[in-house]
Amino acid sequence: MDGESGAVIVVDVASSARARPTRSRVPAFAVLHYYLVGYRRTWRAGVFSSFLLPVLTVLGFGLGVGAYIDQGVDGVPYLDWLVPGLIASTALQVALGDSTWPVFSNFQWVKTYYAQSAAPLRVGDILAGHLLYVLFRVLTTIAAFLLVTGLFGALRSPWALATLPVVALLGLAVAAPTFAYSASVSSDSWLAMLFRFGVIPMTLFAGVFFPVESLPEGLRQLAYATPLWHAVDLCRAATLGVAPQWSVAGHLLYLAAWALGGALLARRVFRRTLVV
Amino acid sequence: MTTVQPLIRARGLVKRFGDFTAVDGIDVEVLPGEAFGFLGPNGAGKSSTMRMIGCISPPSGGELRILGMDPVRDGPAIRARLGVCPQLDNLDPELTVQENLTTYARYFGIPRRVARERARELLDFVQLTERADSKVEPLSGGMKRRLTIARALVNEPEIVLLDEPTTGLDPQARHLVWERLFRLKQQGVTLVLTTHYMDEAEQLCDRLVVMDGGRIVAEGSPRALIERYSTREVVELRFAAESQEAFAGKLDGLGERVEVLPDRVLLYVADGDAAVAEVQALGLTPANVLVRRSSLEDVFLHLTGRTLVE
Ligand SMILES: Nc1ncnc2c1ncn2[C@@H]1O[C@H](COP(=O)(O)OP(=O)(O)O)[C@@H](O)[C@H]1O
Ligand SMILES: [Mg+2]
Repeated sequence: MDGESGAVIVVDVASSARARPTRSRVPAFAVLHYYLVGYRRTWRAGVFSSFLLPVLTVLGFGLGVGAYIDQGVDGVPYLDWLVPGLIASTALQVALGDSTWPVFSNFQWVKTYYAQSAAPLRVGDILAGHLLYVLFRVLTTIAAFLLVTGLFGALRSPWALATLPVVALLGLAVAAPTFAYSASVSSDSWLAMLFRFGVIPMTLFAGVFFPVESLPEGLRQLAYATPLWHAVDLCRAATLGVAPQWSVAGHLLYLAAWALGGALLARRVFRRTLVV
Repeated sequence: MTTVQPLIRARGLVKRFGDFTAVDGIDVEVLPGEAFGFLGPNGAGKSSTMRMIGCISPPSGGELRILGMDPVRDGPAIRARLGVCPQLDNLDPELTVQENLTTYARYFGIPRRVARERARELLDFVQLTERADSKVEPLSGGMKRRLTIARALVNEPEIVLLDEPTTGLDPQARHLVWERLFRLKQQGVTLVLTTHYMDEAEQLCDRLVVMDGGRIVAEGSPRALIERYSTREVVELRFAAESQEAFAGKLDGLGERVEVLPDRVLLYVADGDAAVAEVQALGLTPANVLVRRSSLEDVFLHLTGRTLVE
C-alpha cells in the first residue's frame, strides 16, 4: 500500500493490508468473558450473600420452624416444601442484585458500557453479554444450592434438576426489566427502593414460605402476577415430583413474556443512553 | 499525481442535543499518518466531534465517512479499526492492569494468547510492566491515562482518537504521555486528538483546526496558523496600576496589534526587544516585561477575543 517507488500514491483505505476488520465471532461472549474475569476476583465475597444465606435460611426456617409445623404443608414435611421456594427466591435475589447496582455503575460510576460501546460491539451485544453473566450467576448459585439441599435429603425427586432451566428463565424474567429500570434511574437510591417495595413483598407473598391460598383474594391475584410465584410453583413441582398448580406451558410462557418484554425495553433504554 | 484518500472526511458535520447545536457544520479531512488536532476551549464541541468520529454518536446532519465507510451503517466494522481514548478514563478499577487490556482485546475477537502477548508489549510501551498484576484503582492519574492509551492500541488501530489525553495530569506525567504519542506518530499511526493546551497542540499536531462554539475558526499547521494570525513575537507588559486599559491607550501605533487582558497588555510585534525600547522611550514603566514568541494561544486570542484556558 505504500507505493514508495511509484509516482502515483493511491492509498485505498478500504482494502489496505491492515484493513482486516477484527470482530469477535459471538461478541456477547466476549462481553461475558469480561464479567467472568471480574467474577474470578470476587466470587468468594459473593458466596455469603447468594449461597450461605439461603442455606442458613433452610436450616433456620426449614428445620427450626419446621419442627413446630407437625403436619407439614399438603402432606409434605415443611423443609421439603420450603426448599423449592427458596430455590426460586434465591434465584430472584441473585438476579436482582446483579442487575441493579452493577448496571447502574456501568452507566454512572465505572462507565463500563461506554468503554464497551467504543469497541466493535453493538448495544445488543453489550446487553446480552451482561445478561448472560447474570444467568451464569443464577445458575451457579442454584446448582450449589441444589447440591447442599440434596445432601440434606430435601429434594424428593430427580426432577429437581429441572429447577435449573426454570431459575434460568426466572433470572431473565427478573433481570431484563430490572436492567431497563437500573439504566433509567438517576440515583442509586431508587435501586434500594426496588428491594424494599419489590423483592421483599414478593418473597413474602409469592408462595415461598406459605401457600398463596392462605392469602386474601386480592393479594393472591397480586402473587399470581409476580414472576416469582410461577417459578416457585414449577420448582416445587420439580423437587417434590408432583404436578404444578398451573400448566407448565402457561408458567413458562408467562416468564418468557417478562424476559422478552424486559429485554426489548432494556435494549431501548440502553440505546437511548449509550447512543447520543 | 497523488491521490490520498482521507481516513476521515466530514462535510458540514452537525451535532445537536435537542435545540442546542454543539457542532455546527464543520468540514474536516484527516490524511493517513497525520497527527491532527482539534484545539478549543471547554464547550467548543471537541468531544461531540470525537464521539461522532468514534462511531458512538450518530451525526445530526452533514456527511461523515471514516475509513471510507458510513459510521451509522458500518459502526462495528469501523470501530474494529479505531482506538479510542475517551476524555474520562473508563477502565475497570477492580481488574488488574493486564486484565483491563486482555478483556478489552476480546471485544475485537483477538484470541487469548495473542491478547496476552500484545498486552505485554503494550504495557512495556506505556511503561507499566511493573504494575501489570496490580489493580487499576490505586494507580496515579498519569498511569491510568497511559493504560487507557494502551487499551486504545490493543487492536492495532489505524486511527487513534485521543480526547484531551493529558488534561489533569501533572507536567511530568504529561511529558511522558506526549513522548509516547510522539513515538506512535513516528510509527505512522494516524492520531486525532483534542486539547485545550496550545503547547500540546504545537508539540504533537501536524495540522489542526481551532474550534470555538461548535465551529471551525481556523485551520492549518501550528506554524502556519501562527504566521497567519499572529506576529513573530509578543511583548507582555504588566502595569502596576489597577487598569491595564489606561496604559494600553498610550501604546497606539506600536506593533501590529494590542490586546488588553485583565492582568496584562499584549503587544504583537515583529521585533520584541525593539518594541520594549520604544515603550521605554514613551516614558512608560511597566512593572513586568516579557518578550516571547507567538503561540497558538495568541492565534486563539486573535480569532475569538478570548483566552483558551480560563
Ligand atoms: N449529551 C449531551 N446532551 C446535551 N448537551 C451536551 C451533551 N454533550 C455535550 N453537550 C453540550 O455540547 C457542548 C459541547 O460539548 P463538548 O463536545 O463536550 O465540548 P468540548 O469537548 O469541546 O469541551 C457543551 O455546551 C455541552 O454542554
Ligand atoms: Mg471535551
